[in-house]
Amino acid sequence: MAANRNRRLIMWLGMAALALVPPVSLALSQPYYVDLFTRILIFSIAALSLDLIISYGGMLSFGHAVYLGVGAYAVGIADAYGIDSGLFQLLVAAAATAAIATFIGLVSLRTSGVHFIMITLAFSQMIYFLSISVNKFGGEDGMTLNQRGQFGSLIPLDNANVLYYFVFAFLALFLWIQSHLVRSRFGMVIRGARTNPRRMAALGFPVFRYQLGAFVISGVMCGVAGALLAEQALFVSPAIMQWSRSGEIMVMVIMGGMGTLFGPILGAVAYLVLEDVLTGLTQYWGFFLGIILVAIILMGRQGIMSLVYGLRWKSSHG
Amino acid sequence: MLLLLVQAFNGLQFGVMLFLMAAGLTLVFGIMNVVNLAHGSLYMVGAYVCAETYVATHSFLLAIPAGLLAALATGVIIEIGIFRALYTRDHLDQVLATFGLTLMFNDLVRIIWGSDAIYATVPKFLAGQVVIIPGAPYPAYRLAIIVVGLAVAALLYLIIARTRYGMIIRAGASNRVMAGALGANIVVLYTVVFALGALLAGLAGLMAGPIFTVASGMGDSILILAFVVIVIGGIGSIRGAFIAALAVGFIDTMGRAYLRPLFGLFLPSTAADNAGPAVASMLIYIVMAAVLFFRPQGLFPPRMR
Amino acid sequence: MAEPLLIADQLTKRYGGLTALDGVSLAVEAGGLHAVIGPNGAGKTTLVAHFAGELIPNSGSIRFAGEDITELPAYARAARGLSRSFQVTSIFGDLSVADNVSLAIQAHAGHSFRFWRAAEEDEVLRAPALQILADLGLADRAQESAANLAHGEKRVLEVAMVLASRPRLLLLDEPMAGMDPGDAVRIVKLLAELKRRYTILLIEHDMDAVFGLADRISVLVYGQVIATGTAAEIKGNEEVRRAYLGDEEVA
Repeated sequence: MAANRNRRLIMWLGMAALALVPPVSLALSQPYYVDLFTRILIFSIAALSLDLIISYGGMLSFGHAVYLGVGAYAVGIADAYGIDSGLFQLLVAAAATAAIATFIGLVSLRTSGVHFIMITLAFSQMIYFLSISVNKFGGEDGMTLNQRGQFGSLIPLDNANVLYYFVFAFLALFLWIQSHLVRSRFGMVIRGARTNPRRMAALGFPVFRYQLGAFVISGVMCGVAGALLAEQALFVSPAIMQWSRSGEIMVMVIMGGMGTLFGPILGAVAYLVLEDVLTGLTQYWGFFLGIILVAIILMGRQGIMSLVYGLRWKSSHG
Repeated sequence: MLLLLVQAFNGLQFGVMLFLMAAGLTLVFGIMNVVNLAHGSLYMVGAYVCAETYVATHSFLLAIPAGLLAALATGVIIEIGIFRALYTRDHLDQVLATFGLTLMFNDLVRIIWGSDAIYATVPKFLAGQVVIIPGAPYPAYRLAIIVVGLAVAALLYLIIARTRYGMIIRAGASNRVMAGALGANIVVLYTVVFALGALLAGLAGLMAGPIFTVASGMGDSILILAFVVIVIGGIGSIRGAFIAALAVGFIDTMGRAYLRPLFGLFLPSTAADNAGPAVASMLIYIVMAAVLFFRPQGLFPPRMR
Repeated sequence: MAEPLLIADQLTKRYGGLTALDGVSLAVEAGGLHAVIGPNGAGKTTLVAHFAGELIPNSGSIRFAGEDITELPAYARAARGLSRSFQVTSIFGDLSVADNVSLAIQAHAGHSFRFWRAAEEDEVLRAPALQILADLGLADRAQESAANLAHGEKRVLEVAMVLASRPRLLLLDEPMAGMDPGDAVRIVKLLAELKRRYTILLIEHDMDAVFGLADRISVLVYGQVIATGTAAEIKGNEEVRRAYLGDEEVA
């Protein structure tokens, strides 16, 4: 199908362009771009992970930033205890987000619709307040890390370009995994459950456990993004999982195009570049973003992916 | 013991504020089936306009109606301008659009009134303490909030239980088709319900001003607490919202006041210092999780649709 | 004497003061077509929901293939071969016709925690799916998006999905609902064929449609089974005539 071919082409071109960011910023002698785009790639992973559950799984989580926070704090806390192995830090982040996502999923997936949105939001707020109340790990002020995770002399993350390609590799890996996942048997089950969970049960699928599986996979992916965010910033604070952050990740997915694999990444690029430019011009960037967002929705939400090749990729619900 | 009573009053005061927020939200959810993240903005508008009007005029008699009117007007404007287009959309559209509204309002108040938080003052006639329980004076202002909140709750109950319009609202909350069959003009009904919710949010906001600070984003955290309340109470149920709001207000206040000393009884002091506030900050969410685990639809679920 | 495949024993379901099912008992013998008919509001939909596992009765029990399934969730019943269709067509409109049937096969092809290989390219699912579509005359529409099918074709796809889920008993909830006469004839012919291979419990409003098909008929009125018997016996039953045909005249 032509649309599929176009989509793949955009994905390859997009990833190629992202791979060129460090040499280009070197040529322009603008090292800042490497930092900005490292951040963008990290949020691309978060947006990609959210896309899995909201677009394919129909699970409208409004608390996804909590996994960023848990992943980041896992790294921060490991660092505070003198554990400097990067691999170990990432594993701790993945395990911690898996545990939290399992708990949140077990409770919130018993409901759907408005309930689900509010409950995921409430649980993310719970962890947010927890992070504020624990003074041992910086409380509201957050905590500064001693150093980046160590991966031996092979991958010195202190080098900005190395860090960039390190994050890029994770994004590429997750994109590759997700492109298989959504077409696999597992992917078919969660997609079917989005359209008609009752029908899926009648066919013999224990829908809940597959939804929970997707929810946890998505949470872990986002947790890895959170860990990378901590490694990059060398700083972790509750602000990372403020409720509005969950909204921002959702906006990235919608801006890029739901259920288009590469769309969320485009959305993250567009959103964060726009933010970077607008915050330089005005301190009221939220005001303009809010208006843009309302306008996009009222005009019938369509992502960038649909503009690129003139096809509507609107999710179908119900 | 006296302190415990004072804390109980604080819990009640927080509970009635939560109820004022949750009542509007739960009606809007129940009747229009809309997720409204911008409800906290109405609370904020009420707080700002009241505080600013007082600064300008030094008159609470002007400031209070100004705050209420501002929240009401904002509510009606966004209902007609934006929500009417959202009723038929899916929840994702509703979440995103109302999230956008929240971002917009949070910056709009900064554009109009500056980024600094405002410390609203308590009206003079409510500035002192009242002795209701011998030996435990209680701030008159907080007591006033409790009285106003309970009075509004009673009034709301009368409107919904006794009046014709209330009957239509009840019918609408449990069955939209039936509300139509009762001959209600749905478009007007929606605006009225939304405006009512806005008014209650504005009232909560302007009363909250002197207790918390008036600042951009002040409505966000109470909005999420109101979500917790209506999830526990059962979406669409005013009675559930009332009971859950008081329970959440009470549990939260008591947890913050007494968990640390309670943990101190059986934990070493430093552990209690860490665990007390941590558990206290999560307590109501844990209660929510527990309620949902046994009753996914909340304590007072709406009847079958 | 073998136990009937599906047995409902004294099923009762109340909603507050309303009794939707009032001591319903019926037995579906293996190999037959048993029809449940009844006027609107008789409790047919509630009864289907109890068999399918979406509702749990206040009292009474359901046995399927010798096992008590009264409180078993819907997916577990489907896994045991109790396979239902829906009154309102509920296919997956955003998937292709073949994908819809593949999904039904997948439900009975082991667990679905398989994350890598594209389901679309999985011959284990695809080949039998295409075979079933060929059997039902939908082969040429296999690659079409299911949303683009005509109404009658959607009903056939609905049946195809039921067949794909390896049923031991087909629970068909008003398969002719909302059909024009031409499509209805197509479904009646299909049912007559299926009847030779499967045990069928057919829930239907329209009594004329089932008289030619059913081995046994139960008549449900106001939550009670007022009669069970062969088509001839039901036709001759005075009580049925009063309860049911009276309703027809009004309607």
